[in-house]
Amino acid sequence: MIAYALIFAFACYCAALLFNLYRVVKAPGVTDRVLALDTMAINAIALIVLFGIYEGTALFFEASILYAMTGFVATVAFAKFILRGDIIE
Amino acid sequence: MELIWDIVISAFLVIGGIFGFVGSLGLVKLPDPMTRLHAPTKAATVGVGSVLIASMIWFAVKQDHLSLHELIVTVFIFLTAPVTAHFISKANIFRDWPADKLPRPAGEGEWAVHQSDADTSKEELAGEQETEATQQD
Repeated sequence: MIAYALIFAFACYCAALLFNLYRVVKAPGVTDRVLALDTMAINAIALIVLFGIYEGTALFFEASILYAMTGFVATVAFAKFILRGDIIE
Repeated sequence: MELIWDIVISAFLVIGGIFGFVGSLGLVKLPDPMTRLHAPTKAATVGVGSVLIASMIWFAVKQDHLSLHELIVTVFIFLTAPVTAHFISKANIFRDWPADKLPRPAGEGEWAVHQSDADTSKEELAGEQETEATQQD
């Protein structure tokens, strides 16, 4: 049963990543692109955790923590650049 | 007992998958930027949260060790999601909303994004340097 639920969750998050990719490529404004990139990072974290369950190792949590941190810093840097035209003033 | 845990883990996985999917579908379908900002927060909190809970129960039941790594990821995402949402909405106000279209804020002053001198750190730094100079004299 867990195997089927895992496949379902994988399919959902892969479709979600495709939607985000569409939004990154074809967005009405630049803030939508930043938002889509942020959502992509979060969906990638979920995919890494799902892959950890699939493989049965706890090895991938460090990868997901790193992804969460770099995704947060990247989003804040993008938004700061849009707001002030500079990242570190 | 094994079957109950299987059902619980599968339910959390399915809920997480559905919420992640709906969050990104809202990102594509919703009409304007501020409503689009609202959709992915569901994917960030409930979606990733229940996937992480499922992973925690899975490692506790199947491999007999309680891993707390997931809690770190959950806390980090729950702490950073409001900050990123605030930054993105601020950037959106700055780019797409001219000052005369926005409602007036209560009290004195304008919206901080439209105030060129909203950053008060320069004056504070200057004041600190002055006090240091007077202390040296």
